[in-house]
Amino acid sequence: MSEILRLDRVSRRFSGLQALREVTLGINKGEVLGLIGPNGAGKTTLVNTVCGVTPANSGTITFGGQDITRIKTFQAARLGLSRTFQIVQPFAEFTALDNVAAAALFSQPGENLKSAREEARAHLAFVGLEAQASQSAATLTLAMRKRLELAKALAMKPKLLFLDEVNAGLNSAEVERATKLIHQLAADGITIVMIEHLMKVVLNVCTRIVVLHNGQMIADGEPRDVIKNPAVVDAYLGQQYAQRNATNG
Amino acid sequence: MKRANLALLIVLACVAALPLVGGAYALRLGTMACMYAILALSWNVVGGLAGYPSFATAAFFGFGAYVTGVLLNAGVPLTPSILAAFIGSFVLAGLLGAVLLRLRGHYFAIASLSLVGVLRELANNATDLTGGGMGLNIPLASGSSIMADALFFFYGMWGLLLATALMVIIVSASKLGFGLVCIRQNETAANMIGLNATLYKSIAFGLSACFVAAAGGLYAAWVHYIDPSDVFDILYSVKPIVMTLMGGLGSPLGAACGAFLYLVLEEVVWRNYIQIHSGVLGVLIVALLLLLPHGLVSLRFRNFWRKAKHV
Amino acid sequence: MLAAQIIINALVLGCLYACIAIGFSLVWGVLNVINLIHGSIIVLGAYLAWGAYQSMAISPWYVLPVAVPVFFVFGYLLQRLLLNRVLHAPVLVTLTLTFGLDLILNNAMIYFFKADYRKLTLKPPMGSVSLFHVVVPVDRLIATVLALALTGLLYLLLRHSRIGRAIVAVRLDRDAAILMGVDVRSIYAIAFGIGAALAGCAGVLMALIFPISALTSSSYLDKAFVVCVLGGLGSVSGALAGGLLLALVEGIGSAAIGPAYATTLSFALLIVFLLFRPQGLLGRKGFE
Repeated sequence: MSEILRLDRVSRRFSGLQALREVTLGINKGEVLGLIGPNGAGKTTLVNTVCGVTPANSGTITFGGQDITRIKTFQAARLGLSRTFQIVQPFAEFTALDNVAAAALFSQPGENLKSAREEARAHLAFVGLEAQASQSAATLTLAMRKRLELAKALAMKPKLLFLDEVNAGLNSAEVERATKLIHQLAADGITIVMIEHLMKVVLNVCTRIVVLHNGQMIADGEPRDVIKNPAVVDAYLGQQYAQRNATNG
Repeated sequence: MKRANLALLIVLACVAALPLVGGAYALRLGTMACMYAILALSWNVVGGLAGYPSFATAAFFGFGAYVTGVLLNAGVPLTPSILAAFIGSFVLAGLLGAVLLRLRGHYFAIASLSLVGVLRELANNATDLTGGGMGLNIPLASGSSIMADALFFFYGMWGLLLATALMVIIVSASKLGFGLVCIRQNETAANMIGLNATLYKSIAFGLSACFVAAAGGLYAAWVHYIDPSDVFDILYSVKPIVMTLMGGLGSPLGAACGAFLYLVLEEVVWRNYIQIHSGVLGVLIVALLLLLPHGLVSLRFRNFWRKAKHV
Repeated sequence: MLAAQIIINALVLGCLYACIAIGFSLVWGVLNVINLIHGSIIVLGAYLAWGAYQSMAISPWYVLPVAVPVFFVFGYLLQRLLLNRVLHAPVLVTLTLTFGLDLILNNAMIYFFKADYRKLTLKPPMGSVSLFHVVVPVDRLIATVLALALTGLLYLLLRHSRIGRAIVAVRLDRDAAILMGVDVRSIYAIAFGIGAALAGCAGVLMALIFPISALTSSSYLDKAFVVCVLGGLGSVSGALAGGLLLALVEGIGSAAIGPAYATTLSFALLIVFLLFRPQGLLGRKGFE
């Protein structure tokens, strides 16, 4: 397994708050990595730092062998780093189609609007939104907007996809649907990093779990092992969950 | 091509026929109308498409006027002088844009507004070059008749307007235009999908400046005398905004029509109520913003009454 | 000129600048409206003082208690009836609207009072005081003291009165204030009224020092801008800090490179701050 992304002693501070402390992490191609931890642990900050939204204060980040520590957001996107937002950010005036077409248009060289729109249809179909293609993004339900986010992220032909709480605010049927999509993406060979609070989903989909707490990695390994880790139980999962899972084995 | 853009070109073609129906006075009005339309269309690129409320139009207008004026005084012919203003302002705006466009909302508006003041003061102080507060006299185009002069400047301004309109039409249909609209809706998301927002914004700012500067240059040649408070007048920043709001934000046809309509209103008021003409402009602005927030374009739709009630 | 004279001049001028800016800062900080009519209100206040002195020989300090309610009502109504409708519109709309209002007020003043520069000269003139070779004209000194008093009054109002606390609450977090039962629309109108009252009073004081004409309104406005950006929005201390900084830079700059460049310098300072420290010396980041 080759390494696609490497963080080396990456730190990030927000005047007074140390959001990331010397995080060292290697992500392998094809992995589905679950990034879990309590609120404020630094999970979204990690994604923001890799993607150039909040550059690292120290440390290095390498992607596919290239140093991307000082990279700008739009460059990260063009290199194949794609992400969804926890609070979805569509282009509200555009149709669903144009939202996805925009992503295809600006992240891929040599695209024009026409070809981008054609590609967009395929991505919308993949997430099940082809019927909403001409609808304004502002009129979509939350679940649909989350799938639109996913379609946009995919239109960027990512090598590494960050999913930031795609399931927040969704009911169980919608969660199942989203999980199926993620399985499909993993099968297509896209490396995925998921920030997720729903342990059910994490255990279902992820091949590896990393746990962040107060900006530090406190666990890293196979899902089954990590959830039994006492430090993780203490910091995040809680005794009740651990006991429930112990009996399940 | 979109219907509205086609309509714009048709309107411009009609305007070109003005000399057939009017004398020197009508030509003077027509020249001003074309100039206003250039300012409004240009502003629309950065203010309407990209969503950055720029108040810098007057800064580039004055810049163009002075660059052209100084070059004309140095013996450079008209066309290269205006070209110099055009290119110089594009570069200047591009550079300034990269810096100023990092600001958002109010802060950007003020920064762009202060640009007008900074350039005005610089022109005031660089007396050797610009004549300072006493103004700059600009040599007359080789003595022709009044009518020939009027025709020359009318078609000059009209030609510039045509160029501006074509620029706007091409931009709105291009990847640049699409990107600017993305930036307007959600700049963060635009960056996230691989759009170099800083570059796009700078280009937009540059485009909003160069035709304005060229218009300023032509204006300077036309009126033969400029001084800093005359060309670096904040009204040259505000009027295009009002015109665009009148016609409907984001619509090139609206911007141009708003400019023509505004010019007519201004002239009527000036001729009849000169002492209170700026007050009347103020009333117009207030009424427009409170009653027709979506511009005259919204009058086309049946929900005019709904919009009026909402206010 | 003595360094001490430059400094004292700057301190005096700085307090006056702060007084000019404080109403503007309040409105910007609380309503998020850049009130382009501010300069003209100052000039109107100056005309009020001038008119009172010319026709009834009433000194400016006695005009102040009258100016407060008159301008407060003016501002309150302006906000309640007109500005309220566009409060949540984009920056563009509010700026252009207040610009339009300013055109109306400015034109009205030029129409009624003519553009000629007037000067309010007190008879008998009050002379100057001098201490260790530093000279300060008495009228300027009194104006400064009153300016500080006004600023101090605002500070007390914001800190210790219910209305003041409500205004601060709305400034800090509008939605939370609504949840706390604050009638935000009313607060907006009151805050704008206070801003107008402060502008009017500043005008009354400025009548003693600067020439009076509707043509000067934009320079008052420019000063107010710069002071707010330099010092930070919505706070009395910000206005004072900004005013002092501006006056110091102008004074030292004038002495060093000549008075003609004073305005350019203040604009340049404005842009530098906008780029590198938009929240000003004492402000909090955020007011977009």
